[in-house]
Amino acid sequence: MELFLGLITGFAFGFLLQKSQVLRFEKQVGFMLLKDMTIIKFMASAVLVGMVGIYACHSAGWIALSLKATHLGAIILGGLIFGIGWAMAGYCPGTSVGALAEGRLHALWAIVGMLLGAAVYAEVYPSLKSTVLSWGNFGKITLPGVLGVSPWPIIAVFIVAGIAFLRWTEKKGP
Amino acid sequence: MMKLLKAPTWNPYVAGALVGVLAVLSVLVTTLTIDKPKYLGASTTFVRGAGLLEQVVVPERVAQNEYFQSKKVKVDWQMLFVFGIFAGALVSARLGGTVKRETVPPIWKERFGDNQALRAVGAFIGGAILMFGARLAGGCPSGHGLSGNMQLSVSSLLALVFFMVGAIVTARILYGKGGK
Repeated sequence: MELFLGLITGFAFGFLLQKSQVLRFEKQVGFMLLKDMTIIKFMASAVLVGMVGIYACHSAGWIALSLKATHLGAIILGGLIFGIGWAMAGYCPGTSVGALAEGRLHALWAIVGMLLGAAVYAEVYPSLKSTVLSWGNFGKITLPGVLGVSPWPIIAVFIVAGIAFLRWTEKKGP
Repeated sequence: MMKLLKAPTWNPYVAGALVGVLAVLSVLVTTLTIDKPKYLGASTTFVRGAGLLEQVVVPERVAQNEYFQSKKVKVDWQMLFVFGIFAGALVSARLGGTVKRETVPPIWKERFGDNQALRAVGAFIGGAILMFGARLAGGCPSGHGLSGNMQLSVSSLLALVFFMVGAIVTARILYGKGGK
């Protein structure tokens, strides 16, 4: 059951990634060069809709959150390293497999590289754990938790700011 | 309906909003059926994939590796999710008639020429670097960018900012201003 659910959820996700073109090298690098906002339109829509749904279900007590710890050092350093590789590969982990499926054969090399990167990380993990991963660990925190407020005003701010930003990018061009 | 499925592209706002709905449904359905909330994510699968491959050659090394053991090297929900992305993109591209064989993408070609081996090396090194970074940051644009941000997680809001800063600066250096 678990595996079946994974497969159909992935199928729907892959279908939507392909239809919206966000898994293209041109769209990903196009965003990095600030010339094509397709991936931002896609991500912002997903996050804003998801935010409302997740917090509605969470407030109703139907679901639990699953947060990743905020290790400041690791997030900043790892985030920047990710960005460097993302610009070179032109794909992120999720989009690489979809890009391969639509015939972008060079995505295969990115996937092979990702497997190597994961293996290397596993090798050096013990030394990272005692250094970078221990710098500035604030644990599993959320924005409403840190600010000590209900999530809803924060969600409202994100929605208003998100829509304003998207309208601005639409006016500006691509 | 068939006409919609056969459309070559969908509006990114619509497709994105549907991903938002999909993400919430996934958490709800997995909570109800398998009692584990499954948020969308992809990069841990590459850890498990690397572990499964390494196991064929050096099983004891994987068994003794702290990181592999913490992530559990097995075929799980997320690995099937990643296989599903391949299948879904394949069906979508076939229906829409947008399958295109490509070995060197245009922006890359403009800067580095159409040498396939050079592009392969770039993609490979980029892939290795980005996955190392994703594991250090604890996720990728799916796990942090989508799922984490939906939960208003501080780690994910920060991670997405630094993903973008790293990518924008590197892309500018690598590809210049991108021609046209």
